[in-house]
Amino acid sequence: MILVIGIGNPARGDDAAGLAVARCIREAAPGHVTVTELAGDQLALLDAWTGAREVYLIDAVCSGGTPGTVYRFDAAEPLTARFWHRGTHTFSLADVIELGRALSRLPGRLSGYGIEGGTFEPGAPLSAEVEAAVQAVTAALLRELRESSSRAG
Amino acid sequence: MTNISVPALARVEGEGGLEIVVRDGQVTEAKLDIYEPPRFFEALLRGRRYTEPPDITARICGICPVAYQMSACQAIEDACGVTPPEPIQRLRRLLYCGEWIESHALHIYLLHAPDFLGYESGIHLARDHPDIVHRGLRIKKAGNLLMEAVGGRSVHPVNVRVGGFYRAPDPAQLAALIAPLEQAREDAEATLSWVASFDFPDFDRDYEFVSLQHPAEYPITQGRIVSTGGLDITPAEYDGHFTESQVPHSTALHSTLDGRIYLTGPMARYSINSGRLPGHIQETARSAGLGVTCTNPFRSIIVRAVELLFACDEALRLIGSYQPPAPPAIDVGPLGATGYGCSEAPRGMLYHRYTITEDGTIADAKIVPPTSQNQKVIEADLKDFAATRLALSHERLTWECEQAVRNYDPCISCATHFLDLRLTPDPRR
Repeated sequence: MILVIGIGNPARGDDAAGLAVARCIREAAPGHVTVTELAGDQLALLDAWTGAREVYLIDAVCSGGTPGTVYRFDAAEPLTARFWHRGTHTFSLADVIELGRALSRLPGRLSGYGIEGGTFEPGAPLSAEVEAAVQAVTAALLRELRESSSRAG
Repeated sequence: MTNISVPALARVEGEGGLEIVVRDGQVTEAKLDIYEPPRFFEALLRGRRYTEPPDITARICGICPVAYQMSACQAIEDACGVTPPEPIQRLRRLLYCGEWIESHALHIYLLHAPDFLGYESGIHLARDHPDIVHRGLRIKKAGNLLMEAVGGRSVHPVNVRVGGFYRAPDPAQLAALIAPLEQAREDAEATLSWVASFDFPDFDRDYEFVSLQHPAEYPITQGRIVSTGGLDITPAEYDGHFTESQVPHSTALHSTLDGRIYLTGPMARYSINSGRLPGHIQETARSAGLGVTCTNPFRSIIVRAVELLFACDEALRLIGSYQPPAPPAIDVGPLGATGYGCSEAPRGMLYHRYTITEDGTIADAKIVPPTSQNQKVIEADLKDFAATRLALSHERLTWECEQAVRNYDPCISCATHFLDLRLTPDPRR
């Protein structure tokens, strides 16, 4: 199974970027691609991607970069310690990937996109920069999905 | 588009900072900065329909959305002068059990236990002890399944509405949860034995505990607000006793009870209500070394394990007697009034108050989460705890203070380490 998971909080401005990409992909993705959305506890990813061969994640990023900047990542590379976000009751995406690796619960191929957000105010819409990035990531991911399909076919 | 190494992919929950002021070798002040989203949501709620808070406030926290939904429903129903019948109340309690199971399993296994075992994080614990972490995730999964079956999905449940539920789960759906919940109950018993074997520093405190109290059951969804200092009030009387005030060093408001600091959360719930746990759970708690109260915050992990066991047990009991409420929700028409709601989130008492106009518009909203209620007591504890450990290296002291903060399971999240420990020596020296 090929799975696309958009991650984010729909009520927190640019944090919804991953969800926006997932919704665009759902409209246009090849039929064999499953698209889901995840808001909240990211540990749920460990179950969400169980059984999937190839998984693409899209999430908002808050790293002080220019809003709308797009980052590509591939979880084949171990994430360095400085990306482990340790809080008191939440796990970041980087944490969940590393936990999945420690427990041998990562899918065969796991990669994705981060979109740098600018505003995370409750109730705010996506900013124009992130809106443009959502379109760019959607186009790039659709290309990847089609290439993946042709490889598999 | 750039192609660089993985940046900080993170939920946006702000960061915590801790400042400890040392004068003449004595800790004179401990200041904890906790980010608090509910304050922003209060403004967002004004002008919205009275039916919307359960969905909107569920977005405040990815770990305890049910708590927000339940306190919100209770407050709005109170304003509108209705009380859903018992079958709906029981289904709410069942949903809430799912959240307690999820939240306590996450905190015990991946956030708190690593501290006691000398691991930097749950990831490091998982590398050395995958079977233990698998057990924790298996328990959490049972909570997820319960949330999905009753709430419609495991995070931010969509089946909750003012007046009850959109749809009552089919009995067969809940019967399918019995096996995973029985496994979770067995795993929770093992969890309790495991955490009871940890080493705990001597740090008993003289707390004023605050929690809900219900005449017949261990409090989850409703009750009177009771304290070990003699308070015994309804949620409607909350504002007459509890005061929130702004402090310069934090975005979270600080709460006091008639001018006094207090603690809410599992230790408070347990210490006030341990006699209302089923007899066999009380016995299991005794065998794990707990008395009828718990005053050492480091031992809160044992209390969470007891509550985890209780939540599994309670969920099985509620499923055993389940009959779908018909209808799944009662009609709730708007009334120009103010309503109050209080429930026990996994990390403590969560208060909601809404003022609604006659046409059903929300004129005012107030939400007081447990983390801000506990902020003063966390600071007081940290001040005394750090005072005994000033001889430690900065790194070690930071580690131990982080562990101390985690005793209260607050909402703090940030990069690498959540605390930026700043030791401020006496400027006159």
